[in-house]
Amino acid sequence: MANNNEVILLDFWPSSFGMRVRIALHEKGVEFEYRDEDLRNKSELLVKMNPIHKKIPVLVHNNKPVCESSIIVQYIDEVWSDKSPLLPSDPYQRAHARFWADFIDKKTYDGTKKIWTSKGEDQVVAKKEFIEHLKVLEEQLGDKPYFGGDTFGYVDVSLIPFYSWFYILETEGNFKIEESNTKIIEWAKRCMQRESVAKTLPDQKKLYEFVQEYKKKLGVE
Amino acid sequence: MGNKAMLLDFWPSPFGMRTRIALAEKGVKYEYKDEDLSNKSELLLAMNPVHKKIPVFVHNNKPVCESLIIVEYIDEVWSKDKPLLPSDPYLKAQARFWADFADKKVYESGARIWKTKGEEQEKAKKDFIENLTILVQQLGDNPYFGGDTFGYVDVAIIPFYTWFYTFEMAGNFKVEESCPKVIEWAKRCLQRESVKALPDPIKVYDFFLELKKMLGIE
Repeated sequence: MANNNEVILLDFWPSSFGMRVRIALHEKGVEFEYRDEDLRNKSELLVKMNPIHKKIPVLVHNNKPVCESSIIVQYIDEVWSDKSPLLPSDPYQRAHARFWADFIDKKTYDGTKKIWTSKGEDQVVAKKEFIEHLKVLEEQLGDKPYFGGDTFGYVDVSLIPFYSWFYILETEGNFKIEESNTKIIEWAKRCMQRESVAKTLPDQKKLYEFVQEYKKKLGVE
Repeated sequence: MGNKAMLLDFWPSPFGMRTRIALAEKGVKYEYKDEDLSNKSELLLAMNPVHKKIPVFVHNNKPVCESLIIVEYIDEVWSKDKPLLPSDPYLKAQARFWADFADKKVYESGARIWKTKGEEQEKAKKDFIENLTILVQQLGDNPYFGGDTFGYVDVAIIPFYTWFYTFEMAGNFKVEESCPKVIEWAKRCLQRESVKALPDPIKVYDFFLELKKMLGIE
């Protein structure tokens, strides 16, 4: 007999994109099976469920795949709509939230990667750009506890996973993000008090070790 | 209190075209303002300070930016007639996925055709056709990506049709030869008033030639 609400998440533990989905599922109290993929040896299921991009995360809900983290989070919000709404109900506020999640998509991943894969002048530029990027986000936050206002929402979910990478960035880049971006650190610590975030984000040092291994494999110093 | 709507746009932009189509489908009255992208208006800079790009939909003085976000907004505000997105969450997720694919792959490979030469251009052409082929596979036997009705994915992709002639001229190939189904679908969409209003592909090509001259590209 088929399970009425079978939820499987194909993911990779260090992925900030995967973390978004994990957080959303926890916020909604959804029971799911977590499967960690070996990205150098992708499972048949992953390739079958995401033949176009062959990437994680993929949410498989009753055997039907949903791909792309922002799309998955919106899907989760719409299906499990009775609890913890992530997007606002007003169309303008929704467009506003989608805009900032898109901004985070466009800039954060590449911005952080540049810091831990570059050196010298390139790294100096990367750090400067990242700090500016965080400043723009801080302006959006303003005096609110969350990007979502009083409640943790879609934009918070989109951004908080990158916080787990801050130790790596600070160690590789030899700087302290808190010095230039106090507000973001305060916001991040506030988010970390939520169970969904605390149980999703990996230990920052564990992530650092993973990155060192990864760099060694790529032959990067 | 009114329903003041203004669109800051640039006529050859396929992203701007998406918003024009959505507004036309919904019968929304709005003021169209064509921007000079080499001399952006104060209004554009005020309404989209983060990216400074068009299109920007200004509704009752509040800006909405990013074409697909604008189309969803229009669909949600003018929700009575002609829904563009399906109501079912899974079908909605699928529609969003394919619109995202159009942005990440179709637009990207199409642009590469006119930006490159030689080996790189051959690869761009190959990728572009491959991406279009993947897309039309989604179409199946349906008249539109939305199924029986013209929808979000159709709106997202049809503007790129106005640039096909430009890609064909730049790459010396014909889309119809390698992907006739996409041309069939495009011609079907072109029967709609909202799509008929899109710029003539030859006009787009003339603009492109001017742009190349300005940028000093051969």
